[in-house]
Amino acid sequence: MSLAEPEISTQQEASAVAVETPLRRFLSDYFESPIATAALAVLFLLVCLAVLAPVISPQNPYDLAEVDVLDSRLPPGSEGMTGYTFWLGTDGAGRDLLSAMLYGLRISLAVGVMSGLIATVLGSLVGLTAAYVGGRVETLIMRIVDMQLSFPAILIALMLIAVLGKGVDKIVIALVTVQWAYYARTVRGTAIIERRKEYVEAARCLGLTHTRILLKHILPNCLPPLIVVATVQAAHAIALEATLSFLGVGLPQTEPSLGLLISNGFEYMLSGKYWISFFPGLLLLATILAINLVGDRLRDVLNPRLTR
Amino acid sequence: MTAVAQPPLIEGRRLVKRFVGSLDLAGRIVARLGSDRGGWAVHAVDGVDIAIAKGEVVGLVGESGCGKSTLGRMIAGLLEPTEGDVLFRGRPRSALRGSEARTARLAVQMIFQDPHASLNPRARIETIVGEAPHVHRLVSNEELPAYVDEMLKRVGLDPALKRRYPHQFSGGQRARIGIARALAVKPEFLVCDEAIAALDVSIQAQVINLFMDLRAAYDLTYLYISHDLGVVQHISDRIAIMYLGRIVETAPAEELFRSPNHPYAQALLAEMPRIAPGKRTFHPIRGEIPSPLDPPKGCHFHPRCPHAMERCRLEAPLLKQVAPRRLSACHLNDA
Amino acid sequence: MSGREALSPTLEVADLRTHFFTKAGIVRAVDGVSFEVRAGEVLGLVGESGCGKTVTGFSILGLVDPPGRVVSGSIRLKGQELNGLDEAALRKVRGNRIAMIFQDPMMTLNPVLKIGTQIMEAVRAHRHVTRAAVRELACNALARVGIAAPEKRLEAYPHELSGGMRQRVAIAIAFINKPDLIIADEPTTALDVTIQAQILYEAQKLCRETGTAMIWITHDLAVVSALADRIAVMYAGRIVEQGATSDIITRPLHPYTQGLLGSVPSANRRGARLAQIPGLPPSLLAPPPGCSFQPRCPKAVAECELAAPPVTEPMVGRQVRCFRPLVAEPAAS
Repeated sequence: MSLAEPEISTQQEASAVAVETPLRRFLSDYFESPIATAALAVLFLLVCLAVLAPVISPQNPYDLAEVDVLDSRLPPGSEGMTGYTFWLGTDGAGRDLLSAMLYGLRISLAVGVMSGLIATVLGSLVGLTAAYVGGRVETLIMRIVDMQLSFPAILIALMLIAVLGKGVDKIVIALVTVQWAYYARTVRGTAIIERRKEYVEAARCLGLTHTRILLKHILPNCLPPLIVVATVQAAHAIALEATLSFLGVGLPQTEPSLGLLISNGFEYMLSGKYWISFFPGLLLLATILAINLVGDRLRDVLNPRLTR
Repeated sequence: MTAVAQPPLIEGRRLVKRFVGSLDLAGRIVARLGSDRGGWAVHAVDGVDIAIAKGEVVGLVGESGCGKSTLGRMIAGLLEPTEGDVLFRGRPRSALRGSEARTARLAVQMIFQDPHASLNPRARIETIVGEAPHVHRLVSNEELPAYVDEMLKRVGLDPALKRRYPHQFSGGQRARIGIARALAVKPEFLVCDEAIAALDVSIQAQVINLFMDLRAAYDLTYLYISHDLGVVQHISDRIAIMYLGRIVETAPAEELFRSPNHPYAQALLAEMPRIAPGKRTFHPIRGEIPSPLDPPKGCHFHPRCPHAMERCRLEAPLLKQVAPRRLSACHLNDA
Repeated sequence: MSGREALSPTLEVADLRTHFFTKAGIVRAVDGVSFEVRAGEVLGLVGESGCGKTVTGFSILGLVDPPGRVVSGSIRLKGQELNGLDEAALRKVRGNRIAMIFQDPMMTLNPVLKIGTQIMEAVRAHRHVTRAAVRELACNALARVGIAAPEKRLEAYPHELSGGMRQRVAIAIAFINKPDLIIADEPTTALDVTIQAQILYEAQKLCRETGTAMIWITHDLAVVSALADRIAVMYAGRIVEQGATSDIITRPLHPYTQGLLGSVPSANRRGARLAQIPGLPPSLLAPPPGCSFQPRCPKAVAECELAAPPVTEPMVGRQVRCFRPLVAEPAAS
């Protein structure tokens, strides 16, 4: 019994179209915007600086042997006691501001990204469960999410830190608690739409387990909005952590983030030694701006378009 | 058609599917204040008996709101019936457990309508086709790539393309991939839910031919759900016509087209567009298709029926045999 | 209707080309389309997805959005050239002299306005009429398309009506300003068979009564064979065959038309394998050299790969783009 022959068309397709993965398509779309490309380049640079901070910073600002209090509050470009040039000046304790900023960036990014990742995993699982199970479980979960989201983030963070105390891990816990609800809501919204699609029905027809369907069929299709939220939330987490540090309840002095540096320099703002707050502030601004621009572009590019 | 000794491959007995929307707290408060929004119940499928013998192609025809998709999904096991049972080889599916239940599930597969939404956009074709046989261990890991190739060849696709993603294929090719996915679990019975409605005419012809080839090659049984009478007539042995949740007529395909019994069947056949030279003037039946939320009492078709009698308003007609192998639900047959 | 041939056509389209300038290249959606429609006539524009029939309809009304535009060609409505008109002049034409009916009635109807409001707006956009007169016009329009209790229906919102009713309202809006031409883009494709029959009946009746010219765009040969006086078959942006409906149905000249007619189940013996057209429609980004149908054509010869065939007229009133039209053979049936 002869079955249908391979179509002429498939041979045409094989020669005409290169294997275009979703990733390649996405990248070519993304780089159409010059601003977004520049933002991504800046972000990449910042991440490199942060990762390589111990290697490239001229001075380790937390090694007391290298810091001389007699160097404190020197303006940008001045020379220190050891004949070393402080390009961005020094802070109140005599630390090289450039080095302190690089280390601070490192801590800020690390805390922001780590809390973001944990919150993503946690929030996605909760959102997926809510969408797939439905019914009362879903209602319960979503009401908890709603309540969580109606409190100001800073308030929750402050309350948690008051209870838990200070420290990097406590900050991360506070940030995760504040953020997971956004992810849960986003993933649940997308998962509800995907759950009704026919490929999920087909998977059920084929006897695949619920776990498999959730993780291998529905979750990968929830990624686009999730990536956008994650990017924007990362910026938000970094800003929140900076706020907490600025208020003095964030990271300790031994591991200062950019927020803490800004806070340290605040008292000197009106006495003319602007650089102690200004340069860390500029760096923080650049970081958050770059992340937000990248997130904006991602949202535009990852928007499902039917005519694509 | 089939020997009496064998039970039908798939049978649906007194199948009912009710979708109910009751009022939540806010709704109840509003209702007490005088709003006329009540709870609602849709009898999408309202007491259907259907039996499909092995090797048969049964066409299920109807317009929107008739419940054919719901019935198809109940038979495929995607929806639980509110009442009634689906029997597989004579045994109720709800009573099966363990590996028997799994065999019964894999034996009945569904081909979906929307070529865009019926394939996972983030999975490569080889995963889409090969996942289920791999998970259910129908094929060993070493044999899996060759097995996937074989499935793709069966539906007329070049196996060299299996690393691609669905968006790189046309609608007709995606329909074929969906068929390959179903075939990969070695089914006996396929429910095709408007499987070609979204495709171009020339591609529809290709896929119809594929269905017919596969039926012959693998001894498949089909429930072919469609609103397109032309296609259904071409490939079906037997046709069942549904209206608002009930089957109104079943008959062998040729007999149905030669002499439809039920007035709705007559209207459908008369209004079916045909390619014929010479312009025709249309004489459509009047009235809109009623909403399944509020079906007419008695015979569902009576408001639009040119032969409606008083009895039709009060009493729903039962599906009765009017000729060998022909069933029809119309009071006119009693006269 | 004798004497009709003496009148000039309502719509004359000559060598229309609409191209889309995309990142991936130039998509020649409409690539040299010419046809005419006369008053009271229904022209069926038939083709499968991607052939350019919808873009043709949009081009006539100047509704093609960037990155596409009408590159060249002439569109004459009763002698007036439409291509190149500015937006203000086009607005006077749309809804007034040319109306469009879409596949999805919700493309015509605004979900937050009552039906009556929308019909009356359609009138008052082009004429000055008193409120009472407009209301009566709207009522009559609904009655003419077979909607019962039109006064009540004027107060309804679109979501309160069924799909078939909404499409009838869209048709009423299209006819209300007594346009010269109506372009209907697959208006019954999404409707059930019995409702489709009703819509076709209404459309046919109205065209006969008002003498409006109509272009009925569809992929469904059966629908168009019952409704249209003439048919133009499109493939890959060009019209490959044109002629009277009964001629085309009984004696197609182009292999694609013959393939389309043959692949419909009712044209084949019950249970037999359908005569199918192999392969897929070509990509409009990189069309094959020569005739665009040649890779799938059972009658292709070497000549077909070299150049695109020009329009020829092997018989009176029949135009075809083919180097070897099926002149001598009757249709397979």
